[in-house]
This record gives sequence, structure tokens and C-alpha cells, in this order.
Amino acid sequence: MKYIDDTVVMKRMKSRLKYNSIWKMIFLIATTLALLTLVILLVRIVTQGSGYLNWDFFNNFGSRFPEKAGIKAALIGSVLLMLIIAPVSMILGVGTAIYLEEYAKKNKFTSFIQMNISNLAGVPSIVFGLLGLTIFVRMLVLGKSLLAAGFTMSLLILPVIIVASQEAIRAVPKEQREASYGMGATKWQTITRVVLPAAIPGILTGSILALSRAVGETAPLVVLGIPVILQFLPDGLLSQFTTLPLQIYDWAKRPQEAFQYVASAGIIVLMILLVIMNSIAIFIRNKFQKRY
Amino acid sequence: MVELMNKTNKQETANIKTPSQIVGESTKSVERNSVFNTKNFNLWYGDHHALKDINLDIRENEVTAIIGPSGCGKSTYIKALNRMVELVPIVKTNGEINYRGRNILEASYEVEELRTRVGMVFQKPNPFPKSIYDNIAYGPRIHGIKNKKVLDEIVEKSLRGAAIWDEVKDRLNQNAYGLSGGQQQRICIARCLAIEPDVILMDEPTSALDPISTLKVEELVQELKDNYSIIIVTHNMQQAARISDKTAFFLNGEVVEFDHTDKIFSTPKDQRTEDYISGRFG
Repeated sequence: MKYIDDTVVMKRMKSRLKYNSIWKMIFLIATTLALLTLVILLVRIVTQGSGYLNWDFFNNFGSRFPEKAGIKAALIGSVLLMLIIAPVSMILGVGTAIYLEEYAKKNKFTSFIQMNISNLAGVPSIVFGLLGLTIFVRMLVLGKSLLAAGFTMSLLILPVIIVASQEAIRAVPKEQREASYGMGATKWQTITRVVLPAAIPGILTGSILALSRAVGETAPLVVLGIPVILQFLPDGLLSQFTTLPLQIYDWAKRPQEAFQYVASAGIIVLMILLVIMNSIAIFIRNKFQKRY
Repeated sequence: MVELMNKTNKQETANIKTPSQIVGESTKSVERNSVFNTKNFNLWYGDHHALKDINLDIRENEVTAIIGPSGCGKSTYIKALNRMVELVPIVKTNGEINYRGRNILEASYEVEELRTRVGMVFQKPNPFPKSIYDNIAYGPRIHGIKNKKVLDEIVEKSLRGAAIWDEVKDRLNQNAYGLSGGQQQRICIARCLAIEPDVILMDEPTSALDPISTLKVEELVQELKDNYSIIIVTHNMQQAARISDKTAFFLNGEVVEFDHTDKIFSTPKDQRTEDYISGRFG
């Protein structure tokens, strides 16, 4: 006795194939819509902003006059901020990830911490802004400085870096660690010689992506009270500064139409910066990824 | 009557030659020094009592095979010998495992020290994603050898010791992952030799290899036993019979029988051993 009836199979074949192609269309439309929005956005920004992209734009400070307005303070501020966030967040984040994966005992307490780290990654950035305002700006009296903002942003992306690093560390096969321990290597030797070299691509990719999120972030800086426009460059860690997203935000809300174009020019610069960072992440991932 | 039983058993294992059969009876009388003396050793994974009252006395310069069905605790036991089993956090042990007279389960015994004397070759070839040279030099380097000339010599000696020098001498700087599975496993053996161990533990070293690579590893084990004591876990009874001097049969976390390999395979004392080696279960 056959359970599968050929005539029924053939009858259903047509509708199965039809469903198959309908779903393909739905997914295709979803992808196209997303891409289309992106293209429209890009075209609009490039056509509006490219006229303002010249040397003066990079070399001028903010101004009341759109044609004199420049991005110098914001660009340098963003880069300096990045230089603070990168080491602070990576040292703390990778260190935490190594501790949790390699040293910490797996018990209820560590899994509680683990759960909280994952949840922190989803906390709105403005909450981190309030935290930074309370702790760094007021309690530690760092003021509205580069350092205060750098620490706040580091806290913001720390959970993302920890989770990404943990996953990279966890992806190193158990057999690799066993091989090292089996020859009498200590935990530290195993981490530095076997685990980290294999995990570094994943750690760097995750960190750079998190860093680019920090570079594009505005809300926490607004809460910290970072000025949106500055006529000088920061001269130290405790100096005032501004960043690209803040500068763009300021231009975009001005009444004069010409400032919309200046804002677009600023967006182009910010996007180029982010594209460069993401390209570095992709490059590192492809170049150093090891397969077992 | 006993002779008759021996004969029937011998027929079942007729195509299996053990080293001691080849060498003759004389080797049996030599009593060698004890390397690993296990006394009343128990091990739990959480609530699961995985090893029960293990008593085994493993001698030097012999190949000791540990056989038994899946889940009988043979891998757990060999991993207890270099305390690798502690990497599983829920493991609890009691009893004694004396390595050269000192109990390795004592808190004062550093695992790093133990593992430089007791090397291990794993089930799946696990070279590092580094060059062949760096793989072999890994052990000496972690123990502080930096001199390039010394390292060169260790690498060559170890690769020769693992009978793979001729195959890889021209490509020491290539990634070990480019080698075949059998070559990778011999690289892992060479890597183990590079720390100049006293004992080599092998946890089913040929289970992931093809028959020809398996044969090469088995031949290698025969050569190595002159200088090392080897404990090998295998699920392959023919392999145990071919290469080992003594065999321990594990079942459900207990040692059922431990004796010279030819005795185990010809005249097992326990019915369960006989059932297992004649393929009635497992």
C-alpha cells in the first residue's frame, strides 16, 4: 500500500510552485523597498550637499552665514572622541569578555550578569546620556568635556563590544584550547597564544561596528549638554568640543533654506567616515578570518 | 578442558596478533616500574557516577589499551590522568591517581607541571591554525625556549619521532591545516613529543582517520613505546590487540578486567569481557 498518491501529488504540484514564487516576490519587494529608500536618500543628500563640499567647508568653523559655515570643529571633535572611545571601550569590553568566557565559573550569578549585559545593549542611548551626566559631568566634575563624553559613549557601546567579543571567543573550538592545555600551557598562555589570535577578527569587527554607532550617536551628547557649534578646536581632554552629528542636527533645524544644504554636506562627510570604518571592519574580517 | 576453551577463543581472534605473541612469553616476566597507579578512584559528572572504584597499575614503556563500549568511561579515565577532565566544571573526584609515586589529585600538584610530563593526543586532529613549525614549537615556547637553533632541533627531532619529517621538511612554514587528516594527527603527535613527555595519552587517535593513516599511527605507537609509556583509548578491539601490551576493559564506569593483551583476547576471565571482545554487544 502506498501512502503517497501520485495523482494528488501532481494536483498539488502547481499550487506549491505558485506559493513558492509568491513568497519569492514578497521577499524581493521587501529588499527593493529598503534599497530604494536608501538610494533616494543618498541621491537627495548628494545633490543637495555636494555643492558645499569644498576645502573651505572642511577648514571653517560654524557660522551664521551658510556659505561660510564649516565642519572643522565637528570633524576633529568626532575623531578625537573616537580616539578616546576606542581604547577605553575595547580594553574594558574585551577584558570583560575574556573574564566571562575563560575565567568566570558558570553559575547563576554569572548568567545573571550575562543577561544584564545583553539587556544593556538594548537600553536607549539617552539613558546612557543621563548616566554620563550624573556620574562623569557632575559627580566626577569632568564638565561637558571630551573625556566625559568619551566615557559616556564607551559605556554605551560596551555591552555590544562585550557580546561580540564573547561570541568571537566562544567560536574558538574547544579542541584548540585542549591542545594548548594538554601541553602544560597556563590559562594566560592559552588565551594570548591560541584564543585571542583566533578571536581577534571577530572582536575587531564587532568593536569597529560598535564604534561607528558611537560616532553617529547624538542623543547622549545632547543630554550631556555638549555645544552644537564651536569656534575653536579642543585643546585637551577636559576641553569643550562638538561632533559631526550634533553639528548636522544644528544646521538641519535652522530656518534658512541654505543651511539644509550645508547639513547635507555634513551628512556626506559623516557617511564617508562611517563607510570607511565599516570597510575596515569587513576587510579585517575577510583577511584574518580563520577556518577550522 | 581449559585448553579446549582456549582454542575456541583463539579461533575467534585468530587473525589478531598481539605484540607479546610475536615477541613470545618472555616479555611477561619483566616487571617494569609503575607510571600511573590508580587506587579506588571515583569520578562524578554532577550526579552521574562515571568512574567507580578504578584500580589500575600502568607500567612504563608499555602500550596500555583501554577498550569498552561508548559511555563506559574510558575517555573520562584517560582525561583524568592529565586532569584534563577538570575542564568540565561539574566534575568531582576522590581516590588516588599516583603518577610516579605522587598523587596528582592533591591540590598542591600543579596541572601545568603534570601536563608537561604527560602529553596528550586527541580524538580529532587539532593542530593550531599556524605553520607546521609553530605548531611543533608551541610546547617548547610556552616552557620558555626562545633560542632559534634549539627550537629548530626540537622541531626536527619531534617530526622525525612522529615519522612525518620527510613529508613536511620542505614546507615547515606552511599552515598545518593544508595537511591531510592523517598527517595532521601525526603533527599533533610530533607536537606532543616536542614537550619531551614521559607518558603519552592517546584518546582514540585514529577514529577520524582512514585505514592507511591509521596503520601509520599504529606503527608509530609501536616505535614510540621504547621511549615513552603510552596509554591509548580505542573503540577498535583489533587495534587494541594489534598494538597494546596490556588491555583494560571498561564497562559502565568499572574496570572489568585488566591483563596482558593476549590473555584478555584469548582467555578472558570475565564473561562480560568475552562477550564484548567476541562482538556480542558494544
